[in-house]
Amino acid sequence: MKKNMSFEEPIIKLREKIQELKEFTETNEVDLSEEIRNLNNRLIKLENDIYGNMETWERVQVARHPERPTTYDYIGELFEDFIELHGDRAFGDDAAIVGGIGSFEGEPVTIIGHQRGKDTKENVKRTFGMPHPEGYRKALRLMKQAEKFGRPIICMIDTKGAYPGRAAEERGQSEAIARNLVEMASLTVPVISIVIGEGGSGGALALGVANRIYMLEHSTYSVISPEGAASILWKDSAYSKEAAEAMKITAPHLLKMDVIDEIIPEVLGGGHRDPKQQAKNMKTVLTKALSELSKLDADRLVQDRYDKFRKIGVFSE
Amino acid sequence: MLRDLFTNVKKQQAIMPNAKSKSDVPEGIMTKCPECKHVEPTKELGKLLKVCPKCDFHFKMTAQERIDSLMDEGTFVSMDDHLVTENPLEFPAYTAKVKKDAEKTGLNEAVLTGTGKIGGNEVAIAIMDAHFRMGSMGSVVGEKITRAVEKATELGIPLLIFSASGGARMQEGVLSLMQMAKTSVALNRHSEKGLLYISIMTYPTTGGVSASFASVGDINLAEPKALIGFAGRRVIEQTVREKLPEDFQTAEFLLAHGQLDAVVHRVDLQDVLSRIIRLHTKGEAAQ
Ligand SMILES: [Zn+2]
Repeated sequence: MKKNMSFEEPIIKLREKIQELKEFTETNEVDLSEEIRNLNNRLIKLENDIYGNMETWERVQVARHPERPTTYDYIGELFEDFIELHGDRAFGDDAAIVGGIGSFEGEPVTIIGHQRGKDTKENVKRTFGMPHPEGYRKALRLMKQAEKFGRPIICMIDTKGAYPGRAAEERGQSEAIARNLVEMASLTVPVISIVIGEGGSGGALALGVANRIYMLEHSTYSVISPEGAASILWKDSAYSKEAAEAMKITAPHLLKMDVIDEIIPEVLGGGHRDPKQQAKNMKTVLTKALSELSKLDADRLVQDRYDKFRKIGVFSE
Repeated sequence: MLRDLFTNVKKQQAIMPNAKSKSDVPEGIMTKCPECKHVEPTKELGKLLKVCPKCDFHFKMTAQERIDSLMDEGTFVSMDDHLVTENPLEFPAYTAKVKKDAEKTGLNEAVLTGTGKIGGNEVAIAIMDAHFRMGSMGSVVGEKITRAVEKATELGIPLLIFSASGGARMQEGVLSLMQMAKTSVALNRHSEKGLLYISIMTYPTTGGVSASFASVGDINLAEPKALIGFAGRRVIEQTVREKLPEDFQTAEFLLAHGQLDAVVHRVDLQDVLSRIIRLHTKGEAAQ
């Protein structure tokens, strides 16, 4: 996958031009500082214009950027003393979902997230962040463990969907996802989910029955991938861009539909341009959410989650 | 031509007498089994609960046919027939498609819900109808099922859900996805009250319906040969390029892999459900 997204070409070109001029002034006795300053101003304006007004398909490209920070990246930035915990105790350890315990601003928490790979080799190991049933069952085991010890749960959603394969079906992909939805409903500890990349269908929702649901500004959350929607609705996956728009999958869309609580702002151009700053943006929101939810007792937390999902849907009567 | 006597299975409407449904259109006198090609008078097939007498092929049933075949006569009272599907994503032609299927099936959406008695015991029941937008789940389907679950919780009675669904309703986007969560939080409450939920999976139970309420019954049953699965066969074949067994994602395949409690022939279903319900009624199990 290309690291540069097609819509940012003008920015990349201008950056290269500025770089060229800088190098030229270093090796030649000319003063081009005025020109460079002008170009830098133009760059800032261009970045604001392009990055500040991303269309749906551009956001999809950012959400899928090969360098987009993953669950592991954010764990490293946000939590102290993280210890990864493995396995579902029944079949195996699915590398497409990772989880463990750590501390957030001095308080113990459980962290669970989908985990993509950053290169082909890692992606093969992690089945491109598409979990098998044992991944969801590991997640549920860690959630129940968190409940026992009264720890809040923080989930990071980043998957194209649950893995479509023979073994996954044999081991009960449907049941594993369904079980998480039902069990998450009754967790007596705060649950916070953040969509950090792609949130694809039931495979994403299985980490998403939370008290607070946030989306990073350029993440997506959808019932089906744009490619899948295109092949069903237009019988042609080449219409992915149109499908992505029609399906209304961006953070502003979901906020408008009352499916999520808040959008976490991204670094201009996408979280991959400054993962540390991106983590800081998330930290602000997490701190606020945890402090609010810590005031609710077990019954209120369960009721809050019930009310949240109970009201989703559009119909008339 | 002789062929004109045969009902096209795909277009087949309600066969059982039903005052409510608008399916009084003339239909084929004969029905051909897609499995063994046996030809049976449509009327006779109805008496056989739409099961092929030669090969046991289970034809799709309408929601009303389910009610007629399962519930004690005259006990079923439907709920929430007044809910109307909207077009939240403004999908072209969506409203018209829903309207057309409502006229075709006599239902307001792809599920019929209500309360009634089976073997003398009161239950809440939701029956999906695959003749309506392939039984896909949008906001109204999710809402109707949730209300049926809440009704069961409120009355302290068992819940039965018959699934027949191609999965989520694409045209309602993420709102359809969230119906999986909505029904699940309601099911959790029903379960926490110690109440019985029986899930009966029929042809087809796939995608988001399979990955939510259909798979989490206290007891999961399925009809013979029912297609049940999360991902579509074609998607799996394209992704992993592996040959899938003939019986992949059938009820029998799921039973063999520990995903079902039992596969129940339609003729036995009423009796099996009655017994299960009775065995969950304290002090009355012997009756
Ligand atoms: Zn037959």
